[in-house]
Amino acid sequence: MARSYFSQYLTIGLFLVVSVGLVMGTLQLARLLRPNVPSYEKYTTYESGIDPIGQGWAQTNVRYYIFALLFVVFDVEAVFLFPWAIVFERLGTQALIEMVIFIAILALALLYAVKKKVLDWL
Amino acid sequence: MAALAQEILFWALAVMMGIAAIGVVTSRNVVHAALYLVGTLMGAAALYILLLAEFVAWVQVLVYVGAIVVLMLFGLMLTRAPIGRANFDNDQRLMSALTALAVFGVTSYIMVRAFEGQTIDLTRETGTLTSSIGEVIFSTYVLPFEVVSVLLLAALVGAVVIARRD
Repeated sequence: MARSYFSQYLTIGLFLVVSVGLVMGTLQLARLLRPNVPSYEKYTTYESGIDPIGQGWAQTNVRYYIFALLFVVFDVEAVFLFPWAIVFERLGTQALIEMVIFIAILALALLYAVKKKVLDWL
Repeated sequence: MAALAQEILFWALAVMMGIAAIGVVTSRNVVHAALYLVGTLMGAAALYILLLAEFVAWVQVLVYVGAIVVLMLFGLMLTRAPIGRANFDNDQRLMSALTALAVFGVTSYIMVRAFEGQTIDLTRETGTLTSSIGEVIFSTYVLPFEVVSVLLLAALVGAVVIARRD
């Protein structure tokens, strides 16, 4: 197992190096080839052809934090789904009941958020 | 041969993580700091893979790189003050350097004391398999597993209560 484990991750690592290198390489190649004529207009943010007003950085509404937190909560849930999916066949109904309880409790959180109307888009 | 390759990989990752970690604290832009943090956390995930802890590595990627950094970026978007370029320096440099050194010293001392002389056999047949983790979670530690969902529920309800405006 050990050998194939590392060789499999070596493949992933090679893919990572090649894909990052390709993007970086082409960008650098383009930098060598293209003419460099900077002007103020080119550095302004494109807003549908209209002159941008204010800064790119602005404070967002705190309500959007709920969406980030919902993502985190269900991300953690997804983490538990992976080992569950592997042992599911062996443990059978017991594992199913455990996971249903787990998801039901988390569904309560979603239900609460919906009931409190925090998920309505502004 | 394999051990040497692992050693080289470890040091490459360690150097990368070190550079990224320095980037986190020296970056003038908070968003850049968060992106440097991604580099550090990805390096940690790669280290876990190197130590055969496959599941922990992917949890690191999913939860820390995926979720915690998103939370950090949302936190930056929500606070008015230092978004974009700002000067984060203050006169606490010496104190913070001392604190960081002390924390580093204490943790390394504890780590060395706890794991001194122990080695991980990287050529053994089984690493920490995801199936064995699943087996332990779903047969031995069922109650803690369910409690996790209650904890997540509490976190979300708390966030809803704080973020609501009425």
